[in-house]
Amino acid sequence: MKYFIGLNNEFLTEVGEIYQFTRRFFREFFKPKQEFDEFLHQCFWVGYKTLPLVGLTAFIMGLVLTIQSRPTLVEFGAQSMLPAMVSVSLVREISPVITALICAGKIGSGMGAELGSMRVTEQIDAMEVSGTNPFKYLIVTRVVATTVMLPLLSNLSNAIAIYGGYLGVNIRGHVSWHLYWTQVFDALSYGDLIPSLIKTFFFGFAIGIIGCYKGYNSKKGTEGVGRSATSAVVVASLLVFVIDLIAVQITDLLGFT
Amino acid sequence: MDPVVKVENVNKSFGDNHVLRNFSLELEPGENLVILGKSGSGKSVLIKCIINLMPADTGKIIVLDQSIQDMDQEELDILRAKVGFLFQSNALYDSMTVRENLEFPLRRHWSKEERERGSEMAVLEALEDVGLAHTIDMMPAELSGGMRKRIALARTLILKPTIILYDEPTTGLDPVTAREISNLMIEVQKKYNASSIIISHDMNCINITSNRVIMLIEGRCYANDTFNNLKKSTDPKIREFFA
Repeated sequence: MKYFIGLNNEFLTEVGEIYQFTRRFFREFFKPKQEFDEFLHQCFWVGYKTLPLVGLTAFIMGLVLTIQSRPTLVEFGAQSMLPAMVSVSLVREISPVITALICAGKIGSGMGAELGSMRVTEQIDAMEVSGTNPFKYLIVTRVVATTVMLPLLSNLSNAIAIYGGYLGVNIRGHVSWHLYWTQVFDALSYGDLIPSLIKTFFFGFAIGIIGCYKGYNSKKGTEGVGRSATSAVVVASLLVFVIDLIAVQITDLLGFT
Repeated sequence: MDPVVKVENVNKSFGDNHVLRNFSLELEPGENLVILGKSGSGKSVLIKCIINLMPADTGKIIVLDQSIQDMDQEELDILRAKVGFLFQSNALYDSMTVRENLEFPLRRHWSKEERERGSEMAVLEALEDVGLAHTIDMMPAELSGGMRKRIALARTLILKPTIILYDEPTTGLDPVTAREISNLMIEVQKKYNASSIIISHDMNCINITSNRVIMLIEGRCYANDTFNNLKKSTDPKIREFFA
């Protein structure tokens, strides 16, 4: 019982600390003198450097989803619905969530490890001593970069996954390039795309905040750095699902389904 | 002349662990003051309190006639330009070249025009002071331990500080490199006419660099004298360090 009370206290303390960290992020974000160069540098790392991984995963995802869905649709004589079904599933749910999970793994752990190692090797203290606000320079730029880049990555992932779907459709059957994309665009509406885009902003923000929080508050030397990186991935991935659940409920209430 | 650093009755605790107990010191202009004490005795905590990286629980810290505890962030940043800090771990930014490491403090304290006009010269001057001008485009990972220490010192010097705080500058270095670093500390102190507080338990370094030594034992100032006088002391607690 004592163990569970302790665990509960630890959890609530951490939630409180993340809340304080997020409040500080917004305070620092609106303070003047933006670190624009560092923000662009982080966009490069978060966006451009993650693109190959996200692209490859999206392609395989689209291909596999199409191949797996085909037999069921054939059973009901509805194989002509394949492009529409695949594109709606990808755009609404699969592509944003998988992109966010990949980013939670790559970016979240990277930020946790990088900032954690900067903390334990006193680089963050050195920044403070040199008169630079390390929170603004390291945290604000990273969180904003993740928030901005994740929707872009998710949209690219949508396109690549739907292209993967085109190849998947043509493995067993034949659908022309033009017909495939006509069916995809007929099936998709802004009601599919916009809610999906909005939730990826929140996914990006959550991944950035958790990765930075874990790294910035890293303790206990190199062991702490490893823990920060691991827990950044675990907590950020969990938050992606929680945000997705909330987003689905809101989308449903607003009548986008 | 007024002391450049004045620490009055400072206390600092971490839970039940009282690291500093009513600790006081004064650093005179141009003086090299060494703080000597066992590991975990609060030496590093003391210099972190002086630069307000760690706030003291109680007591007063005055740096260059300004109370460090009463300053807002802006005032503190301006003061920090006059106080250099050499970290025990060097704290060089891994992802930046030597040039970028040295330019980093300038971005806060120099305007864009000043940086465009003078940063290259300032970086080269600081690197020449430590004898490593050829490493300007290298990454910290490509440097040896002694070179990294010198680069960290060059980064400390780039803003031409009035006070330099050294946190165990020779720890982890071989005796020859440690002696070179100690001599370098004396050279830069003369060139920049800086005052220094040096945290160390390397007796050779203390012998070379110190004008005065304060022994920090159980969070209190146990002794305050020159290195040679302390060396002759018969007090068993002081003798422990010279054995």
